[in-house]
Amino acid sequence: MSTLDTQTMAIEAHGLVKTFGENRAVDGVDLAVRAGTVYGVLGPNGAGKTTTVRMLTTLLRPDGGSARVLGRDVVDDADEVRKFIGLTGQYASVDEDLTGTENLVLQSRLVGLSRAQSKRRAAELLESFDLTDAASRPVKHFSGGMRRRIDLAASIVVTPDVLFLDEPTTGLDPRSRGQVWDIIRDLVAGGTTVLLTTQYLDEADQLADRIAVIDRGTVIAEGTSADLKASVGRSSLHLRLADETQRDLAERLVAQTLDTTPRSTPEAGVITAPVADPDLVADLMIRLRAEGVRIDEIGVQRPSLDEVFLTLTGHAAEDDDTERTAA
Amino acid sequence: MTTTTTETRAAERSASRVAARVDRPQPPSALSASLTLGWRSVLKIRRIPEQLFDVTFQPVIFILMFVYLFGGAVSGSTQEYLQFVLPGILVQTVVMASLYTGISLNTDIGKGIFDRFRSLPIWRPAALVGALLADSIRYVVAAAVCLAVGMAMGFRPDGSVFDVVAAVLLVLVFAFSLSWIFAFLGLVMRSAGAVQGVSMLAMFPLTFASNVFVDPSTMPGWLRAWVDVNPVSHLVTAVRGLMAGGPDAGDIGWSLIGCAVLIAVFAPLTVRAYRRKS
Repeated sequence: MSTLDTQTMAIEAHGLVKTFGENRAVDGVDLAVRAGTVYGVLGPNGAGKTTTVRMLTTLLRPDGGSARVLGRDVVDDADEVRKFIGLTGQYASVDEDLTGTENLVLQSRLVGLSRAQSKRRAAELLESFDLTDAASRPVKHFSGGMRRRIDLAASIVVTPDVLFLDEPTTGLDPRSRGQVWDIIRDLVAGGTTVLLTTQYLDEADQLADRIAVIDRGTVIAEGTSADLKASVGRSSLHLRLADETQRDLAERLVAQTLDTTPRSTPEAGVITAPVADPDLVADLMIRLRAEGVRIDEIGVQRPSLDEVFLTLTGHAAEDDDTERTAA
Repeated sequence: MTTTTTETRAAERSASRVAARVDRPQPPSALSASLTLGWRSVLKIRRIPEQLFDVTFQPVIFILMFVYLFGGAVSGSTQEYLQFVLPGILVQTVVMASLYTGISLNTDIGKGIFDRFRSLPIWRPAALVGALLADSIRYVVAAAVCLAVGMAMGFRPDGSVFDVVAAVLLVLVFAFSLSWIFAFLGLVMRSAGAVQGVSMLAMFPLTFASNVFVDPSTMPGWLRAWVDVNPVSHLVTAVRGLMAGGPDAGDIGWSLIGCAVLIAVFAPLTVRAYRRKS
């Protein structure tokens, strides 16, 4: 599909719905992913990321809405869609009992390469992914990072036009994560469109051209990483007061100086607020001192996924599961 | 510093190689995909040979136990009983081995690899057919062990080598057909333990309430009625006939019809369950 220009949508989803019993796992997801780009789907556990990917990769039939991959409907043209996609699921989608080479040869044979081609491609991929030493070891003895790499290798025995990666780096150490990121960048440079799901804001930030934030089965924000950061503030202020009786005064000062609405969590004694310009924090500290507000702790942090969630949904990412169970 | 250099080199290699585009060839044929997936199962047997316990040690124990425990009482002599019971135990062992198909499918399918198979442009039932074909190897092992142990204990088929091979083939075809039931159960049941439980429940009336171990003429009427329609009984009679050198076309025919019915009913059900599996 290299003939497609970059304006073409590689993935389009309109109002995707999937229900499991009472639980609306995916509740009207819209996505538009331009060919040749990386699209990040960001959300906590249980947000509906995996279910969305499974519908887009023809593994699950949507209960509502529609989706097209490279212009082909994922339900009506499922066989056609499968010819153009690669998938690396959240759980190792290679055979643990088989060796690295066997897994890649198996995969190559299944996409239609000849025996000789399969052996060559397997050796080539193992070398590229720095797995040659482990080629004849069963995958169950691989480290987490190696597993992720063999998994990725298995998805690209032939170059997919659209590659779906479901949490490709969850549970990896920073070095392995960096390796996986490099591989993804290489693939994109080669013209592959990538849709990846992640729980990590910095991963989406590093890799994705556009990001959809998904929560409880719906897209709650969509845009470039810069758009999202602008909406939550570039960083956020955390202010803990020494004297709780000064809370109202402190909140007013924060609101005036930073020109935002601060959020207060009295139980924790903390005031948080998005910060567009870190210089303003210096002004704030001067005003707090001038007004005699006593500070226990003050800090400016880069936005985390939690901040994104707090700002966009008013609830923290971790709370999601418990809240849902309660509901 | 050496490590940094090798890592950088690895990264460079990765960049050049991975980016090189490999175009997708025509998807493999249904047969080729099934055989490739069968090859996967064979590799797994090689990697975990414990999987073969039920087709190696179990028949040995069954043959020894039944022949020496009941031989004298049932047939007057262990030799005579061996001659009678061995084809039955062969059938029972292979039929029991087909149960494993469902259990292994149930454990296998929960893993991410089936997602990958299903996201490939291959003939959908290939993963099932491949697994069932690879199980045939287990059946061959089971049959070979039964025959070898039986012959060592003095079992002598009167039929020709051709008859014996035909008998074994008939058993294999039957087990392949029956394994679709267990594959179906493997797909629709929640856990491997549940599959085993339900399958065993079906397995006992099939194998024990038959003519595998004794002549049904002394059984009460209602039981005899079941034994007479039990497809395993027809299969055992057919195998006995072949091994004794006097094949009974009727029983062979009934066994094959049974196979056809099993496949006609359970293969579509299983494939449907596989497609719906999420």
